Order: sequence, then C-alpha cells, then structure tokens
Amino acid sequence: MIDIRGLRKTYKQGDLDVHALRGVDLKIDKGDFVAIVGPSGCGKSTLFNILGGLTPPSGGTVAIDGRDLMTMSDSQRTELRKKAVGFVFQKYNLLPTLTVADNIEIARHIAGNRHGERDAWFEESLQLLGLAGKMDRKPRALSGGEQQRVAIARALVNHPAILLADEPTGNLDTENSEVVLGLLRDLNERTGQTILMITHNPEAAAYAHRIVRMRDGRVVD
Amino acid sequence: MIPRLVLENLKHRPVRTALSAVAIGLQVTMVLTLVGVSRGMLDESARRQRGTQADILVRDGGAAIIGFSVDMKAKYLPFIQKFPGVDLATGTLVQPVGMLDALTGIDYDSFNRMSGGFKFLEGGPFQGPDDLIVDDIYARTKNLKAGSVIKGILNKEWRVCGVVESGKLSRVFVQLTVLQDLMGKSDKLTAVYVKGSNPKATDALLAAMREKMPENKVLTMEELASLISVNNIPMLQTFIKVVIGLGVFIGFLVVFLSMYTAVLERTREIGILKSLGASPGYILTILLAETAMLAAIGSLLGVLFTYGTQWIMHTFVPEMVQVTTPDWWPIASGIAMSGSLIGAIYPGLKAAKQDTVEALAYD
Repeated sequence: MIDIRGLRKTYKQGDLDVHALRGVDLKIDKGDFVAIVGPSGCGKSTLFNILGGLTPPSGGTVAIDGRDLMTMSDSQRTELRKKAVGFVFQKYNLLPTLTVADNIEIARHIAGNRHGERDAWFEESLQLLGLAGKMDRKPRALSGGEQQRVAIARALVNHPAILLADEPTGNLDTENSEVVLGLLRDLNERTGQTILMITHNPEAAAYAHRIVRMRDGRVVD
Repeated sequence: MIPRLVLENLKHRPVRTALSAVAIGLQVTMVLTLVGVSRGMLDESARRQRGTQADILVRDGGAAIIGFSVDMKAKYLPFIQKFPGVDLATGTLVQPVGMLDALTGIDYDSFNRMSGGFKFLEGGPFQGPDDLIVDDIYARTKNLKAGSVIKGILNKEWRVCGVVESGKLSRVFVQLTVLQDLMGKSDKLTAVYVKGSNPKATDALLAAMREKMPENKVLTMEELASLISVNNIPMLQTFIKVVIGLGVFIGFLVVFLSMYTAVLERTREIGILKSLGASPGYILTILLAETAMLAAIGSLLGVLFTYGTQWIMHTFVPEMVQVTTPDWWPIASGIAMSGSLIGAIYPGLKAAKQDTVEALAYD
C-alpha cells in the first residue's frame, strides 16, 4: 500500500544543504498500525510531511496505492490530501471559528463531497469517538482530548487510504493520551484503517502493531 | 460551506469586521453624498428658475447654462418687451459673491408681477438702494431678520428689508439698477425672463424670438430645466469622476490592509485548510467571498450613512440641498465592491501560495 524506497529530502538553509532524509526504505501494508519513533531531528516529521503530500521529496520513490509522490505536481499533491490522506496533528489544528460538525463538514466539502449524507462507516467512527452531543460546540468549548477526537473524525471523513498522526498525544495529559491512543487502535482493529503515527514517546508507540525506529534520516530498525 | 465559514470568520473578529465595513461605508457615503448634493443643488436651481413663472429665457449666445460670466446687452430688454406676443419681460443681473452665494439684481415691480409676487415672511419690498431681500433659507443660514445689517458684500453695508419664502430664482435680491451701478454694468443683463401673452403660443413665440435674435440663446423654461443636469456641467462631471476614483482607491487601501492583516493572522488556519486539500483557488475564493461580504455590509451602511449626511446638510447647511439618489446605490456599491476586490487580490494570492508546512508551524 505504501512503498518507500531510497527516499531522500534535502532542505536549503541559507547556503547550507540539510539532509533530513538520507535514503529511507519502508513498506506499510493496508490495515497496518505503524509507529515511527526516534529522537528530535531524526527526520520523522519530514517523512510525515512527504507522505501527506505537504512537501515534495528530493529523491527516491514514495508510492501510495501505486501513485508515486515523486512525480506529482503541487496540484496532484493537493488532490492526494483531499482523499487519500487524513491528518491528526499534535496541536489538533481545528478551525476555531467553526463548530465540531462544520470542522468535519469542511473536510468533506473540500474533497468535493458536497451533497448527501455521511455514510454508515463514518457514523460508526463518530460513535466510537464519542462525539455525539458535541457537534454544535466550538473547539474552545472542548477539552484537549475532545479536540483531538474531532481532529481524528475530520481525518477519517473522506475514507483516507492512510491516517497520518504526528505526535497525537503530545499536548494531552496521560488520561486523555490513553483515550486517544486507544481510539486509534480501536479504529485500526474495527475498521481496518491504516495508521502511521509519529511519536517520540515509547508508551504511545506501544499501541501500534509495528514500531519503526529512525535516526539521522534513516530507518534503523 | 464557504458562506458559513466566511460568516463565522467575520463574526469571530467583530472589531476588524466593523471597522472595515464602516470604512467601506464611508467611501460609499462619499460618492452618494457628492452625487446627491450635485443633483440636489441643480434640482433646486431648476426649481427656482421655474419659480419665476416665465415661459422663455433669453441669454447671451455665448453664456453657459450654469454660470454668469457672460452678460447680454441691456438694450435687448425694451426690444423684447415690445416683441409681438410678449406680455411681460424682466431683466436680471447676477453677481456671484462667494462659493454658494450670488446677488440677483431685479426690477422689483416687473419681477414681482411675473413670479406671482414675493410672499414676505418678514419686512417688505425695497425702500432704498442699500436694501436686500433674502429668502427664508438664506436668512436661517446667516441668522438674518428684517432690519439686519450685512457688511462686506461687494464692500458695502446692506440692510435686510424683507425675508421671503424661497423658490423664486435666487436667495438674495437687490435692485437691478443698484447692482448694475455697483458693478459698472449699466448696459448689461445676465438674462431676460419672458412671459407670453398666450400660454398656448409659446412655441411660436420662441421660434419668432430665435429668428429675430440669432446672437442670443432663447430657451423655454422646460428646456432650461432639462439642461440643468450633471451631464451638462463638464467640471462637475470631472469632479465626480475624481471622487469616484478616490473612492475606489480608499476601498482598495482599506481592504488591502484589512485582508493583509487577516491573512497574517490566519496563517495557521490557511495551513489547516491546505492540509485538508484546499487548492489555492479555494483559499482565494474564501478571501474574496469575505471581501465581497464586507463590501456588501459596507455598501448597506454607506446608504444608511447618506441619510445621516442628508440630515446634517438640512440642519446645518440648509442652502446645500442633498437629494436621495437610489439609482446611484448600485453604482456606489459596485465602486466599493470593485475597489475592495482589487484590494483583496494580493493578500488572497499571498494566502493561496503559502507553504503548508510553514503555515502549520505558524504561532
């Protein structure tokens, strides 16, 4: 499903070239729940950004469902973000002016699903996330854990091929962290959602089925 | 979904929204007030011309419709008075004495007969050469009463002998011969107003007068009234265009600054939308829709403010007449909308081109 070979990413920082990824090889199958762990600066966020189509790779191949990100234009990567990828960020990244329902609905709108009801699969996910009764609230009226659950719901609404989570518990206390991580694992097990989670926290990584370790821009284990 | 997002964005920052809408509204008010005052003053001028109750106006051939710089020869007056079909003719001399004021010299008896008679609210007709008759609006504006003394007009001291109801040609009247002497124009008149002996034969009289006086401009009062419009005053047209241009520029600046700030403020939100797959076009559409909504609210406020300026004019500057101009509402709104949308393009493009990763990292 995701096939990464020899992935490289080099940033320009002033006159210097910074090699964030130095040849990453990784394969993720459909239905996997993979945690990528590693110290700060190891390249895991860069990998997240490339897989999410937020930034282009410098070399190698990255295929999601057979589509190579290396050859994609900006607009093709934008299309990828609409439907193939769902994001969950450390800071939740909900739109503060919209209600929970509208935060979810806008993702559908951007993806072009502008009419019709949400499907049964998504309704089941909403039940799982425990957001019933909070759909008319604005993000500021929700706890951090609740906001992160809204972000997960938003990420799932367009049936993405892969859910990318970047430090999803980084801003949460232990109790809420356990709830969110448990939800991700339940989603993966009940609905078969493929999940790639980036974390530096070994306890969070333990919720995944597979742990990939990175160091200095490479997968080491 | 976009209208809801735009509405929520506007509600989320009420002060910025209110200030932007008010600034756009003031721009709309500026245009509507200018047009309203121009049209109001000209309508008022036409109304007062009709107040002479004349059928025909004679002026020098080179005279402008509005303007008193070109006089005709006074010798035409006795000629016109004896013209077959003319019942009454009265000559006037107009001397501008300020931005809005002018002294109109009249022959009291003939003018009074033609116009149906002054209706005095205070005082009475001229008693001496230093007497002025003013209308009620001029009296209210200048705080004058019968018996008041005015100094300085044409370096002379005047006494207000009477205050009359407005609507008859001018706001300030003096005796024709006095003004002619003062200005050294004993052989000059600005215009001659003519009343025909048969109201049904005005066209025939007009044709005959035009034939006999080809060097003069001979118009019916209806023709004159129809010519007193913004379209026939090139300077005014230019002035309106300049103000409209200024309006577009102000709208551009207001919205440019407002949207530029909004884009900076919302960098992270724009990053979120882009991470969800929003294209540059989608982002641009949101910002332009927000601008259009601001311009629409501003236009509505602008129209409402215009009633405020109308009240201010009526209360504090009654000689400036401002009319309501509904036909200009869509034009002024269109001007505001255009300026605003132009102002939103650069911030919109800047937002649309933002790097998603950098935008998401923005705090």
